[in-house]
Parts: sequence; structure tokens; C-alpha cells
Amino acid sequence: MDHMYRELVHKYPKEKRYTLAMLQDIQRQNGFIPKEAMEYISEYLNLPMSHIYHLATFYKALSLKPKGKYVIKVCNGTACHIRGADSIKEELYNILGIKPGETTEDGLFSLEIVNCLGACALAPVIVIDNKYYGNLTKEELKSVIDQYKGAEIYG
Amino acid sequence: MDKVNNRKILVCCGTGCLAHNSYQVYLEFKKKLEEDTNIDVRPIIKSTGCNGLCEKGPVVKILPDEISYFKVSVDDVDEIVEKTIKNYETVDRLLYFDVNSKKRIKSHKDASFYKGQLKIALRNIGEIDPLNIDDYIERDGYKALRKALNMSPEEIIREVELSGLRGRGGAGFPTGLKWKSCYQYKDYPKYVICNGDEGDPGAFMDRSIMEGDPNSIIEGMIICGYAIGAHKGFLYIRDEYDLALKNVQGAIENARERGFLGKNILNSGFDFDLEIVRGGGAFVCGESSALIASIEGDVGEPRAKYIRNVEKGLWDKPTVLNNVETWANIPPIIINGWQWFRKIGIEGNHGTKVFSLVGKVQNTGLVEVPMGTTLRELVYDIGGGIIGNRPFKAVQTGGPSGGCIPKEYLDISLDFDSLDQIGSMMGSGGVIVMDDTTCMVDVAKYYMDFLSEESCGKCTSCREGIKTMLDILKNITEGKGELEDIDLLLEIGETVRKASLCGLGKTAPNPVLTTLKYFRDEYIEHIVDKRCAAGVCKELTSYYIDSSQCIGCTICSQNCPVGAISGSLREPHVIDENICIKCGTCANKCPRQAVKIGGMKVEA
Repeated sequence: MDHMYRELVHKYPKEKRYTLAMLQDIQRQNGFIPKEAMEYISEYLNLPMSHIYHLATFYKALSLKPKGKYVIKVCNGTACHIRGADSIKEELYNILGIKPGETTEDGLFSLEIVNCLGACALAPVIVIDNKYYGNLTKEELKSVIDQYKGAEIYG
Repeated sequence: MDKVNNRKILVCCGTGCLAHNSYQVYLEFKKKLEEDTNIDVRPIIKSTGCNGLCEKGPVVKILPDEISYFKVSVDDVDEIVEKTIKNYETVDRLLYFDVNSKKRIKSHKDASFYKGQLKIALRNIGEIDPLNIDDYIERDGYKALRKALNMSPEEIIREVELSGLRGRGGAGFPTGLKWKSCYQYKDYPKYVICNGDEGDPGAFMDRSIMEGDPNSIIEGMIICGYAIGAHKGFLYIRDEYDLALKNVQGAIENARERGFLGKNILNSGFDFDLEIVRGGGAFVCGESSALIASIEGDVGEPRAKYIRNVEKGLWDKPTVLNNVETWANIPPIIINGWQWFRKIGIEGNHGTKVFSLVGKVQNTGLVEVPMGTTLRELVYDIGGGIIGNRPFKAVQTGGPSGGCIPKEYLDISLDFDSLDQIGSMMGSGGVIVMDDTTCMVDVAKYYMDFLSEESCGKCTSCREGIKTMLDILKNITEGKGELEDIDLLLEIGETVRKASLCGLGKTAPNPVLTTLKYFRDEYIEHIVDKRCAAGVCKELTSYYIDSSQCIGCTICSQNCPVGAISGSLREPHVIDENICIKCGTCANKCPRQAVKIGGMKVEA
């Protein structure tokens, strides 16, 4: 099991300051931080497991739970909020049947509400797999989600 | 012929434009010009950083013709090449439409959006390819560094001090003074840090600078390193900012290759290098001591600042930490001298400030104006006024730490001190424009919700106080508020402000306190009349059709998602309150504004 993380972790010198970077890399590779990965880092850096866990639960970019294939980020910055992010959120709950932080049963979508993405001109905006969908309306939302679902079915 | 060969096509590839498929436009230009052997002009295509006017992206500029095209799609590329590149004609329909003068404008520089602006921090953005260091050098890049390396550290610090530059991250602390204090501590190694953990919702100026002109930040940091005696610097950048991370990393590598970073910089004997640290997505890390803790590999919790970072910062060593925009201001100050910079702006607030003008405003985008520009100039002259000419209600400045400014203060000067005086703050420069469809109680609730998530939890006052304020505000927006709640909010707000350790907690009550100060009537309307005039708080909103205004066009009933509206053609329609889900679609679609917003109970 350990060798899975070896390359990722050993790329960094044995210094505490690289803990966050290691966790971010693991997050990126796996979509979440498995317990084994935290144990591996703890051993490598000779830091208590509690410290690694503290970091993994403090920073929002890290997750202890596996995420779906597509992570949908709904921007809840102020500009998006006053241009109707709330109704976008509600509509997504309806379409996907999940709440923020959850993943659909088929493992396809995870939903996250994020703070400002710095794309305020596009408000309200959502991001799916680094692709921005701006000036969204509730009506467009469904077809955006359907595209991803369709891509799954028809390859 | 020389002039012709120097023609450039600049395609903006900032985040805003990329979302509108600007990269495909860029590729199409490239393909088209490579294919077409009839064109003896070989324009250079560059993917540039953000042009500011993100709302109208993708933006394509043609130089030296000075033509700017907006909302360019892949299908327009053919026509631009045929007309503009081959025949020097403009494609009128793609030109900027100026809402103030009601005319199409050829060069973006004549557009009212750009006219009142003065670009210092954003000087290169949209003009250069951020990953091409020669572009930067061509526009006086690294000239300041060459000059600085021939100055003494004291001279450099004096230059920055006399310029009057104040930190652009929010608090406005004098930059020169910060450098000077750090210079005086003889404890090595020292560090230089760039705060690129831009987290204020509604602010994206730092993102644009990092994406569009990373070298200016790097140059500013090297100069500071030389001045205070540091050899190592860190850029702490939000992990969500993919393009910023990529461009800054690329720029660092280019700078190393050219000898601007690394050992013996430009044969001066001075060594300096930079490293990027990716942020973990915690708002509190924008606070300097929390940011430093995060770089050290700890959770980003702030500490009490009895001892300042300039004395004991990163790894307890003297550290200068400045914001992205502050760094980008350093090279022009060194090149042009402090007198030049001091002349811009107003007394005590020199230079320019970048604002991200967002919300219910016509021209959303990045704006750089001299300090002292009024809010009215920003919103109306540059921003083109409110979308759909609705009434202006307020602007929110300074992010979650700032406050809401009502229309009585439209003529306020935008500078650190004036904004502070009326209970708001400059913050990093987010300006969120709100109209009559924005509910101020909801805005206060929004910020408390944001801050309750982002409080690190170290101080009880911040952790529990914000949460309690949020609960009270939720009650008010759901029709369960009582008049005593207002005093309670004031009291808790005061406690949170006094008892919290860091800037987040100290300023957290501001959105509540300023809305209570300037929009108290709206709170009372929610509490006593059980009504939200903006139609935002759903529990306090009902919709009804004014039968004297309804023309019976049936648009509302056709668009109602739940079929709650009945009525026949040319007859007044009626909304069934029991079926209505209060989505507001009918009010948005009605051509006569006959759909009215009522309180908790239908009035008509």
C-alpha cells in the first residue's frame, strides 16, 4: 500500500513545511486523503498523526471522503450571491439529489459550495472539472449537467 | 513595411475570457494565419492576461491599429482577418458599445470604462504575454531591478517610504515603514513573502496580476529582498487559482534563466530566489500570521501580534509580507522616483488602487483609478451605472471585513481613510454594487454565513459570536425576528470586535453594524411588517398581480413552473398563493411590471 504514496511524498525533502503540499498532491491524485496516506506522511516526516489529521481537516481543499468523478463547484462569492447563486444551488440540489459535500450514488458528481472563484464578471458561475460555466440560468444548468451524464452513457 | 510587420493580435486569455472560449479564438487565429499564404502580414498572436472588462470577453486587440473587439467568437475570426488584417477596415459590430455616449468605439482607450483609469499595477496586463519575459522587458521590465542594484538599501527604502505607498492588501500600512523596520533587525536569514491568498468574495485583482503580469510581482520582491537583506522569498497563492500558479511558476523559471533570480543576480553579487507555496483554501490564511503558520506547515491559525512579523515572522525571522498589488507597484516607483508616485492620488493616499467592480453594474471588471476618485465616478462613469437602470442601493467594499455604503455617500472619496471613517474599509478592493433587488439583511446574513465557516475557531468570541449573529439574522429573514434582536446584534458585534485576536474577528461584525446603521428601516420592515421589499427573503415574500396594470398577455402563466397563475387572454391574471413557490419568474418576465412583491401575507 505504502508504495502508492512513496513517489509523491519522497519528491519533497523531509521538512514539516511540505506537509500541506504532500497532502494537496495526494488529494489531486486520489480525489481524497486516505488514512494510509496520512500515516505514510506522518512516518516520513516524523510528525504525530494528529498533526497531519489536523491539517487534513482544517484546509478546505482537502477531503477525507472520496469524491465523485466530476466535482461541481458552485461559487458563492458576493457577486454570485446577489446575482442569484442561491437559486442555482437549489436547482442543483433538485437535479442531483445531494447537498454540498455529498456525492451522488453513482459516484459521478460531488457538490461543493466554494467561496469566490474570482470570476465575478461571469456571476453566477459554477466550475466542473476546471471548466467555467458563467452567467448561468436555472434553465441552462440542467443541460450542462445532462452533457456530463450523456458523456458517461455514450462515452 | 516595418510597421506592418509589427502588427499584433492580442487575444485575452484571462479566466473571464477563457470561460467564453477565448482559447479557441486564439487557436482559430493561429490556424487561419498559418493557412492563408496570401497574407503577407504576419501578425503575432499572444495570449494575454485579463483586460479588465471581463463582462465583454473574449477581448481581441489589434496593435498598432488600436482596435479592440469584444465578445469575439470563433466564427468572427474569418471576418477579422479578411477585413481588419488584410484591408485595414474595422468590423463595427464587434466594437465596444459605450453606454454613456451610445456610440461604438474603435479603441478601447476611448471607452468610458477605460477613460477615467490610470494603470500602474495593471500597466502591462492585456498588453503582454505573461509567459514571455521579453514582452515584459520590452516594457521597462527589470529596469527597476538594474537601477536598484546600483542603489544602497537605504536609498531604496527611502524611495518607497517617500512615495507614500500603503499596503494594498487592506489595512493600508505604509510599505516603506515596514521595509525600514525589517531592515533594522540584524537577525538572519530574513524572508520576503507575497500574499496571493486572495479570498475576499467579489475580489479578483490579485488573480489578474498574477495571471497577467507575474514578472512585476517577482521584480518587486527581488528589490525588497536586496533592500532588507533577504535571499529567499515565498509566494503564497490560492490553490484554486490554476492559471495564476502556472504563470507565476513559469515566470520564476524564465527569470532564473535570465539571471534575474538565483545566484549573483546581474553580476551584483546578490543572491535571491523564490518559491511558490500553494494555499489550502482557508480564508483566514490571508491574515499574515496565519499565512506564515501555513507556510511553516501548520494549520493557518493567527497568533497575537505583540511582536511584529518584521521582527519575528517566518520561522521567527524578520519578514516583509506584502500583497500582490503592492509588489506590482514597486518597479514603477523605483524607475520613476517617489515624486512621480506621490503626485498621483490625494494627500495621505498616494498612487492608484485596483478595484474589482462587480455585482449589479453594467461594466463588470477590473478598474485601476487614482486614490480619491469618487464612488460615483467609479460606479457611473466607469461602471456605466446599474444594470437595467434600476435604482442604486448600496455598495459593499472591503469584503467580509468591510461594510455597506448607502447612496448618501456616493460622492465619498475612495481612499483608505475616508472609507474607514464611515465604517467600511478599502480591504483588497472589491466593490460590489447592489440595487433595489438586493436585501441588506440578506447581505449581512450572507457575510455572517461566510465568516462562520471561515473562522478558524481559536477565539471564542469570533467562533461563537459570529454563529449567534448568523442565527439571529436567519430568524429575522424567516419572519421570526423581534425588535430586541437589533440591540442584541449590536452588543454581540461589539464583543466580537473587541475580544478577537486577528483581523478576521475584529472586523467580522462590520457587515452587520453598517447595514444596521444605514439600513435599519429594512431590518424593522423584516421584523415588524414581515416583509422583504427586495423579494429576496422567501418566507417574507409573496407575489400578487396588480389587476390595473396587468394586460393579460399570459407570459407569466406560460412561464410559471408550477402552474400557479390563472387567467385568460387580455384579462387580468391571478396568482394562487397556495401553489406559488415564490421563484419570482413571473416578476422577472412581466413586460409591464404588474407583478408586485408583497409581505408574508398577500396584501391585495
